[in-house]
Amino acid sequence: MSTDTPAGSDAELSSEETAELLARIEELEDEVADLRMAVNEDSNKMVIIATKGTLDMAYPPLILASTAAAFGYDVTVFHTFWGLEILHEENSKDLKLSSVGNPNMPVPNAIAALPGMDRMTTRMMRGKIDDNNVASVQELIETSLDHGVDLQACQMTIDLLDYDEDDFYDGVTTGVGAASAFQEMQEADIQLLV
Amino acid sequence: MSTETAETVDVKGQNCPMPVIKTKGAFEDLDAGETLVVVATDSGSMSDIKGWAESTDGAELLEQEEATEDGESVYKHYVRKTK
Repeated sequence: MSTDTPAGSDAELSSEETAELLARIEELEDEVADLRMAVNEDSNKMVIIATKGTLDMAYPPLILASTAAAFGYDVTVFHTFWGLEILHEENSKDLKLSSVGNPNMPVPNAIAALPGMDRMTTRMMRGKIDDNNVASVQELIETSLDHGVDLQACQMTIDLLDYDEDDFYDGVTTGVGAASAFQEMQEADIQLLV
Repeated sequence: MSTETAETVDVKGQNCPMPVIKTKGAFEDLDAGETLVVVATDSGSMSDIKGWAESTDGAELLEQEEATEDGESVYKHYVRKTK
């Protein structure tokens, strides 16, 4: 309070000042409501960017996405470049393992580069997946979609790789790009690049 | 354990992440106060279901037990919906 304002009738607010203060209170109340919403437990969100299309790299994003959904998270997986293969209905059934450049393979690179090697190592991996009762990629996609995970296919790379929107599983979101992915990442608690 | 269960989630033979996901699905359909039992063969389900229950509002993990059925380890998880 200003010192040169004498106490008494002069200290009363004009109707204009009162209206201004009421407007400011309303503004602050809205802000508090927004902040409350932001810290609400129900608004947990995770975004994964999936860029790889080999059999082994299809698993981490799908397993994390479906698990996060079970934890009540709102999940988006943005598939770009070879990550599109995971959502491609036909190609997803035939994802391969790369033998070359993978030091975990039991054969040296020179042999891994021979024709047919990828087919062989992929068959071995699929056998192990079946033996260990690990879910198939299709099963994980369906589970993720059932639990509300938003599986997105990057439009720029759909065009780049000459795919058609109908090539992807039903329920996959198309027509999205880096900006929408970035916006979702901004709002997310967890952001991963796989 | 003699807990009365409203539902059984049989995930025997299924591996990570399926036990948690199927548990979540069945949990959603429970009424408050009801308990479900998850029967799994995946040993990782012991920590997975525990972690899920701790992070899930309204889920209370009553008990976890390991038994042997037909020479195979079976893990049972009792989860109650509190609200």
